Amino acid sequence: MGAKLRVYTQKIKSAQTTKKITKAMELIAASRIQKALGRVEASSPYARAITRAVSAVATYSNEGHPLTTEREEIKRSAVIVLTSDRGLAGAFNSQIIREAGELRAQLEQDGKEVDHYLVGRKAVQYFQFRRRAFIKDWQGQTDVPDAELAREIADLVIESYTKGEVDEIHVVYNRFVSMMTQEPSVVRLLPLEIVEADQASDEAALPLYEFEPEPASVLDALLPVYVESRIFNALLQSAAAKQAATQKAMKSASDNADKLITDYTRLRNNARQAEITQQISEIVGGADALSSAK
Amino acid sequence: MPLSVSIVSATQEVWSGDASQIIAKTVEGEIGILTGHEPVLALLAEGQVRVTDTAGTVHRVQADEGFLSVDHDRVEIVARDAALA
Repeated sequence: MGAKLRVYTQKIKSAQTTKKITKAMELIAASRIQKALGRVEASSPYARAITRAVSAVATYSNEGHPLTTEREEIKRSAVIVLTSDRGLAGAFNSQIIREAGELRAQLEQDGKEVDHYLVGRKAVQYFQFRRRAFIKDWQGQTDVPDAELAREIADLVIESYTKGEVDEIHVVYNRFVSMMTQEPSVVRLLPLEIVEADQASDEAALPLYEFEPEPASVLDALLPVYVESRIFNALLQSAAAKQAATQKAMKSASDNADKLITDYTRLRNNARQAEITQQISEIVGGADALSSAK
Repeated sequence: MPLSVSIVSATQEVWSGDASQIIAKTVEGEIGILTGHEPVLALLAEGQVRVTDTAGTVHRVQADEGFLSVDHDRVEIVARDAALA
């Protein structure tokens, strides 16, 4: 076997091996999307119930609350960036980091200072490599985020908000739109704008609740939980979106490997044909030489 | 008409179904709910919620840091950590 032929055979083998790996990762991601979506789905009754309760208190009590009141002067903003721990997900992490960068530029242009809170190893690596400061990071839990993580983040940001260290809080995360689309979105968490759940519009108007204890204390207790459930929802969506992005990236990697295999097989066949042609012409040449020597 | 009850935690729906009576502990004391109760939104104190379903079985749910809402015989018990006890 000629040298060229050997090189191509080797390249085909290597592409085939890569394809096996990417194909496996694609299938794993596909099965994980379903689980992650299941978690988003399972947590939605909770989010809906809290949203409904908060809107009820907010509508009927006319209570001003520190968490819902816009401050006159916004000096410092906190930005929570949700990325994943692992890569191989196409533009998943880079688009979030880009979005966060744009937000930061925008905020700084408005004369605000920006504090960063990072979730996911990828964001931390990005910030550490560029020697940028951040307040706190959470790593290793982005695949299956639990309510505890959401609570920890919420407690921390609410605390720094109520202490007056920051005047507004944003979250940057990948929203799961469909299997094919993950949309980087920026949501302002605090001060709160209470968003009615989609379903609430076609339900009957909110009833006149009797509050126990008085509305102000109910609101006091519910608002942090509401913030927490918003963060939890963002974490879950981001986890589902990560799996979808991985699946998409791995699918195109498998397709590319397929294309490489086809191309190299053609080249190998060419090389083999050239080798055979050369051998034939050598034999014919040799026979000619022998017969003319007689 | 029975109460339609759903008990949800942050991660999932813990229990749902029809019930005839619910007893829960709120921050102001115990509250019992039968059909036709006025709309209430109450904060739960740490403790068990006892749900008697239409068959008469009592389900106990451990609910911490949550709230309870009653509205037109629909009861929602919402707690971050809710689990059947």
